[in-house]
Amino acid sequence: MKSLLHIFTLLIIALSITPAISAERFPPPDFESGYQLPDGIAVDQPSATSQTEEYLTVVILFIALSLASYLAIRKRSRKGMILLTIFSLAFFGFYRQGCICPIGAIQNFTLAVFDSGYTIPLSAILILILPLIFTLFFGRTFCAAICPLGAIQELTIIKPLKLPRPLINALSLGAYLYLAIAILLAAMGSMFAICKYDPFVAIFRLEGSKEMFIVGVALLITGMFIARPYCRFLCPLGVIFNWLSRLSRWHLTITPDKCISCKLCADSCPYEAIDAPIKPPAANELTAIRKRFIILLALTPVIIGIGIIIGGLLSDSIAKIDPDIKTAILLQAEIETNNQGSSDETIAFYKTNQPVEEFFTQVNATRGSYNTATKIAGGFMGLVIALKLLSLSIYRRRTEYQPNPATCYSCGQCFQSCPIGKNAE
Amino acid sequence: MDEQKDKLHRRQFLRSSLRNTALIAAGIAIGKYAGQSNATVWQIDPAKCTACGKCATACVKKISAVKCLHAYAMCGYCDLCTGFLNSQPNERSTAAENQLCPTAAIVRTFIEDPYYEYKIIEELCIGCGKCVKGCGEFGNGSLYLQIKRELCEDCNECALAVQCPAQAISRVPADKPYLHNG
Repeated sequence: MKSLLHIFTLLIIALSITPAISAERFPPPDFESGYQLPDGIAVDQPSATSQTEEYLTVVILFIALSLASYLAIRKRSRKGMILLTIFSLAFFGFYRQGCICPIGAIQNFTLAVFDSGYTIPLSAILILILPLIFTLFFGRTFCAAICPLGAIQELTIIKPLKLPRPLINALSLGAYLYLAIAILLAAMGSMFAICKYDPFVAIFRLEGSKEMFIVGVALLITGMFIARPYCRFLCPLGVIFNWLSRLSRWHLTITPDKCISCKLCADSCPYEAIDAPIKPPAANELTAIRKRFIILLALTPVIIGIGIIIGGLLSDSIAKIDPDIKTAILLQAEIETNNQGSSDETIAFYKTNQPVEEFFTQVNATRGSYNTATKIAGGFMGLVIALKLLSLSIYRRRTEYQPNPATCYSCGQCFQSCPIGKNAE
Repeated sequence: MDEQKDKLHRRQFLRSSLRNTALIAAGIAIGKYAGQSNATVWQIDPAKCTACGKCATACVKKISAVKCLHAYAMCGYCDLCTGFLNSQPNERSTAAENQLCPTAAIVRTFIEDPYYEYKIIEELCIGCGKCVKGCGEFGNGSLYLQIKRELCEDCNECALAVQCPAQAISRVPADKPYLHNG
């Protein structure tokens, strides 16, 4: 009974305070001329139309994925693939303006996993998972002709240069790093880095900041000579496609019949995704390979450990991306120089009436989570580097030219180069 | 040769079981998150907004999707409106140099003595929030910024939300896309 009374008094106090907060300094007038208040707030129409459009996009995505897989595996038509690429660039790129794309949806998914308050739209789940499922069955046909980022690069290749293999291996680690950072920031709820640094979205929208255009155009110009630089060396989703495509049930084949090892296809592939046949190594070579493998295996925990240490060291600088931590740093500086409320962030903070000490404890907890998260990301990068080195010191028997299921985009540029394929037609 | 075949089988078995695991994981993910999924849109919380002015420039659109709205029920219909005139007008005149709005998007209409109505012309508004700040500092705070749904590109990551110093921009349910003042 007593507690009820307490609640009552509290309620009364609360009620008497509320009007004081939103106090109207000048009470709204009582008009005598019969003036009617305009409908200033009558803008509450729910945006239902965009919802149906989202689902329509998912359906079109499904049809396009099926068509790309059919063109790559059954029809073996490069011409069809180009037409589909042009359609995807027009529809997913310029019409849909690149948003929301499966690459960005990784972050929505991550945020949904880590933040129970965030509800992920169904279209975002489907746009992410449909291409992944297709990859499990047919290889990276999404990359071939559906992804607008891939499409714009695919259609602007002029003269692809061959890069040295070690350089390709090193640069492809960039995508892993991008993935690790993007997932880290999305999980912490700080930023969607993939969306913020999407290189082509400004081109698709035909508007955006100058920096966005410069990065996009620079990447396209690079792409004229180093084919698909974003896909190969940056795309975070490409990493996941790379893993899943290795498991693909069916995958594009270069020749419809028996390979004659003429090497023409390997020359035609702008992405250097065709593996050449390997002769079995001599017995003494094999022991050397095995030895290297065992040494690397033993070093793996060390590499992971170095990754964790580097992650921990970078923790504080990466944490500065978080808006709360940014505000806390500004607050701290202001308190030290006794210059409160000198930036937009701190003005907004003081408006919330949250005690500074409480905010600092909260921010320190966030810093702690950042420390853990960057260490995990660092360890992941260590593991990736170790696995890459290990995979380079494994001998795998290969007797003919084959598309590498992990890196092949199933674009079908090799079809035309294969002399067997030409005869079959 | 038999050994080679055996190896191939083993590899295929491994691949297919991994593939099935991945498929099951995808199924679980869809099942888990599809049920609670909800379409959201970006919106400004007027209670947190400090009208810093970044909305006018940080939006990916050439002209920001943020516009000033007016909660007329809160408005005092003041003659000396601090959302309309700058705080030290040289004289009590509504000449352009005395107006806060850089694009003259606020129309002032005489209603009855001493009340004036202030209306925002959305086409001219650039979402800079100068009037919002002026009204909030000295007036009733009836002007507020909102992201207009029909103008918003629905970016996956709102460029304004990243820039907002007050963290006032967040995802709200799409069926209630506006957060009103008052």
